[in-house]
Amino acid sequence: MIMRFLHKFSSPPYFYSISGRLLPWLTALFLALLAYGLYGGLVTAPADYQQGDSFRIIYVHVPAAWMSMFIYVVMAVSGAIGLIWRIKLAEIVSISSAPIGASFTLLALITGSLWGKPMWGTWWVWDARLTSELILLFLYLGVIGLYSAIEDNRTASRAVAILALVGVVNIPIIHYSVEWWSSLHQGPTVTKFAKPSIHIDMLIPLLVMAGAFKVYYAIALLLRCRNELVQREQGSRWLDEILENK
Amino acid sequence: MSDFLHMGGYAFYVWTSYGIAFVVMLIGIIKPLLVHKQQLRGLKLKRQRGQR
Amino acid sequence: MSADSLSNAFLSVVRRDLLLAYRHRAELINPLAFFVMVVTMFPLAVGADVELLRRIAPGVIWVAALLASLLSMDAIFRSDFEDGSLELMVMTPHPLSVLVLAKVTAHWLLSGVPLLLVSPLLAVMFDIESDVISVLLITLLLGTPVLSLIGAIAVALTVGLRKGGVLLAILVLPLYVPVLIFASGAVDAAASGLPVSGQLYMMSAMLFLAITLTPWPTAAALKMSLS
Repeated sequence: MIMRFLHKFSSPPYFYSISGRLLPWLTALFLALLAYGLYGGLVTAPADYQQGDSFRIIYVHVPAAWMSMFIYVVMAVSGAIGLIWRIKLAEIVSISSAPIGASFTLLALITGSLWGKPMWGTWWVWDARLTSELILLFLYLGVIGLYSAIEDNRTASRAVAILALVGVVNIPIIHYSVEWWSSLHQGPTVTKFAKPSIHIDMLIPLLVMAGAFKVYYAIALLLRCRNELVQREQGSRWLDEILENK
Repeated sequence: MSDFLHMGGYAFYVWTSYGIAFVVMLIGIIKPLLVHKQQLRGLKLKRQRGQR
Repeated sequence: MSADSLSNAFLSVVRRDLLLAYRHRAELINPLAFFVMVVTMFPLAVGADVELLRRIAPGVIWVAALLASLLSMDAIFRSDFEDGSLELMVMTPHPLSVLVLAKVTAHWLLSGVPLLLVSPLLAVMFDIESDVISVLLITLLLGTPVLSLIGAIAVALTVGLRKGGVLLAILVLPLYVPVLIFASGAVDAAASGLPVSGQLYMMSAMLFLAITLTPWPTAAALKMSLS
């Protein structure tokens, strides 16, 4: 039954119409979560004992970092599905996720930098988390670069799926080695991005923002997938029918 | 209110972070929407030319 | 296939690559010369302070080894791709992963081993003590095959592309980070008189992981590039 659902879902016209109908609902959900998260993070949560109000950057920095890793995994898994079962939609989901994931990685780096400057005086610190995020950005850029270098879309999707899978296996190894490297040069001082002792009033907006960002990812992904789909399905009948009706 | 904007002295860092996040995420939505419009326009033109 | 014919296939691929390289043996010098020159750039750039040089030497030598390895990496598959022998290899009944392993072995013999032989000289230029030099050699021995194995994946992905060079570097450098960290970490520790077994065990683990896991994506990437 799951296979039937997947089969139906991966049919391009079905996906196109369903995603079109989902988008307004997702947008409403996103705005609601965002409003609640922002209010909680910027207004309700008490200022941190050590970091004052600057800790509020956590409400964009941490969700962005979580998304950067989550999206890479989604990209690798959908890539694998596209590679093994040759399902076009899986390929599309995979490559459409890449720029979104890269944006979140960039955001995590920038907000991390802005958080670190008032605390530790420098715009950049070579701590484990930021360094890992930087390497993750390079992994994303590699995927995007490889895809654009190959002319045929379906071959490019295969290449990128292999690369993403190699990357996803490497990420824990890279993360572990960067942690180890960072601990060598750190000394006994507090690890730079240790989360403030997390108060429940601080935690809930964080989780809400994380949820909001996930819904955002769904929205951005659907939008990009629809575009990629239209691009690949030029000349097909279902697309012609839609164009007629517009 | 001014306390809120002041963010305990960290106003620049906090608001720049949220601002950049807002801009990046907004672009991530607007750009695909624009591309979609362009695509549909281009495809409609192609169809019209093909039908003549 | 009997195990006998499989090892024959492996050896004949290695032999062929070594023979081909021998016919163009002038080209073998290039990555090596690059290696030496890059390492030489650093004292020129940071000054000849012996203390400083001794501290940065492990990192410098390892980064230079990384870059030199990249230079010769493209060569693993490109000429075979261009003259059609890669297609033949893919079509043989032997498992492609084994043939891939053979080509990577040949590449390592031709690029990694020369680096190994030259690095003690460079280490001396940076005034590193002899027991640290032996740790450096061990890290190079364990690490350069991993560079070849992981690099092969990236080469296989880009071999069909015209301007694969820079993209190759972008693809492969993030994957090299763990090797770089543990290798230079080991040499640093040795220089401070600290134990290195942990780092070396990690590097051995990475080597075995690379030998077992990398041939599959490399083979898949080759098939993709040929399609």
